[in-house]
Amino acid sequence: MSRRTKTNFKTFVGTLLICGELMAITLVAANHVMAQTSRLNIQGSTTVGPIGDAFAEAYKAMHPGINITVNKTGSGDGAAAIVDGRCDIAMMSRFMKDTEFKKAVVNDIFPVAHVIAMDGVCVIVHPSNPVKSLGSAQIRAIYKGEISNWNQIGGPNLPIVAISRDTSSGTYETFEDLVMKKEKMASGVEYVSSNPQAHARVSTTTGAIGYVGLGFVDMKVRALQIDGVAPSRSTIASGKYPVSRPLFLFTNGYPKLGSPIHEFCTFYLTEKGQEIIEAKGFVPLTNY
Amino acid sequence: MKQPDISPNVSVAKDTSLQAVVEFSRPLLLTPGQDLAGYIGSRVGRALIFLITCVSVLAVLLIFYFIIREAVPFVTLESVKTSLARISEFLTSKNWFPEHEEHPEFGALTIIVGSIYVTVVALILAVPFGVLSAIFLSDIAPFTVREIVKPVIELLAAIPSVAYGFFAIVVVAPWLQNKFGFTTGANALNAAMILALMAVPTIISVAEDSLSAIGREIREASYGLGATRTETMLKVVIPAAHSGIIASIILGMMRAIGETMVVWMAAGMAAQVPSPWWDLSQSVRPITATIAQEMGETPQGTPHYYSLFALGVLLLIFTFGLNMVSEHFMSRVKHKGGSA
Repeated sequence: MSRRTKTNFKTFVGTLLICGELMAITLVAANHVMAQTSRLNIQGSTTVGPIGDAFAEAYKAMHPGINITVNKTGSGDGAAAIVDGRCDIAMMSRFMKDTEFKKAVVNDIFPVAHVIAMDGVCVIVHPSNPVKSLGSAQIRAIYKGEISNWNQIGGPNLPIVAISRDTSSGTYETFEDLVMKKEKMASGVEYVSSNPQAHARVSTTTGAIGYVGLGFVDMKVRALQIDGVAPSRSTIASGKYPVSRPLFLFTNGYPKLGSPIHEFCTFYLTEKGQEIIEAKGFVPLTNY
Repeated sequence: MKQPDISPNVSVAKDTSLQAVVEFSRPLLLTPGQDLAGYIGSRVGRALIFLITCVSVLAVLLIFYFIIREAVPFVTLESVKTSLARISEFLTSKNWFPEHEEHPEFGALTIIVGSIYVTVVALILAVPFGVLSAIFLSDIAPFTVREIVKPVIELLAAIPSVAYGFFAIVVVAPWLQNKFGFTTGANALNAAMILALMAVPTIISVAEDSLSAIGREIREASYGLGATRTETMLKVVIPAAHSGIIASIILGMMRAIGETMVVWMAAGMAAQVPSPWWDLSQSVRPITATIAQEMGETPQGTPHYYSLFALGVLLLIFTFGLNMVSEHFMSRVKHKGGSA
């Protein structure tokens, strides 16, 4: 009997321990959830998202007291959130539409745009490819499957391997807007899930064409001129390069100077902010 | 809990008669309080352990519930007619443009075919390789070779899949292009080769276990009747172990069909059915990789979001079915082991 009690006792202690552990885990989880109720709520574009995330991280490191949440759900969602007053800052890869502005004003919200960076997407090919320049209509035709061999556009007799970024990426969104004009890509287009992967595929495949952010263009791939304009920091920042667009943060009115919102929206002006923008493959807004 | 000296006494009491006397120094009867505490402790402990076991069962059920719950809005539209149209589009159309703003299309046929395609090709590559290796290891290899080779093969299973994927893109893809003149190296063959490599350890391990489980006496009886080694292998041992071998193949198949990272990186992700159908050099797009690629940034509550869960349900049906079949064969292995 005593032996049995002992085993039971042990089991009991064991289960108690396990219970305690579970409770601890639950508590930690609960804490975590509580910590996420933030003071700065940022929502919007998946393109601007990486900048928003990195800014938030850098900003939190400088101001340990602040809590920032960044939700990347798309420009349309960001606009809807700022119009309804559900977020402090909306990240958007396009300007606000008339209808969104009107709705905002009805809600007593006055959206103000802050341009924080320029986004340019470079179309790249294998360095051995003699094609140096394409029109954006030609690129669109390639991705729609209408042009399938390089010899149709002044290159060697080589089938074209069209490589796209995955449809959930901001780079894809930019490309779809500015080059594809929202037309559907052909079924033979391959998809890769990151800029480095796109770079790796194009640099190892002679017939490949792909697109990446400016930061990922190097000697192993060649960036094409589009409509006669070569991508570079200055052509993208000035908007001469056809596949470039400004990235916005929208706030309700111009934020109070020195407030966290104001500091966040002007973070792109700091050295750290510019480093982040460049590291994420975008072009900082400078005139040097 | 009032008697912390209980446990040391009991543990030594078993050993020597001298200390057995010590045991009698304790009260033979527990007080009602202690008795009750012990009883409650055992009941509560049992209940808690039962609950903890339930958590894992519950987790599986909840996964099923949530995936199906999120998939249902995809197929239940305003009217029965549109719902049926959506289902038939999902299963028969080849156009997968779920993210398109004006005209989204949800034809998952190419994706279902892509998954089946890479899995089947991977099995065609992996099964002969794995089963023959298992036969070698169980019946032909000397003991020392087997002791070295088996852990090395099992090490293959420990390599993270993203490492395989990286290998596929950086090494295998250019190699396929340069050696065989494929236009693209990220294709069905590349993915299938890597998947085969990943399924082989599972197949070898399980098949070898089931071959070894066939007793020595069966082999000796066969030799005793004058059968050669080949005849013994082909006509006695393999037929006897066939359930285990089939189970190993199904487990390898599940490994291949559920793998995400490798196919995401190596298969090329083009939403197309290869034409002609046997052309392995074309890109395909498996279910798992599609979900992984598109789930991250898809806004919740959109048809696109629900369509990914519908794909998840399809995948669950596949793996659940395979799991059932492998359970069936594995249980037959166990019965045989018991009777032998």
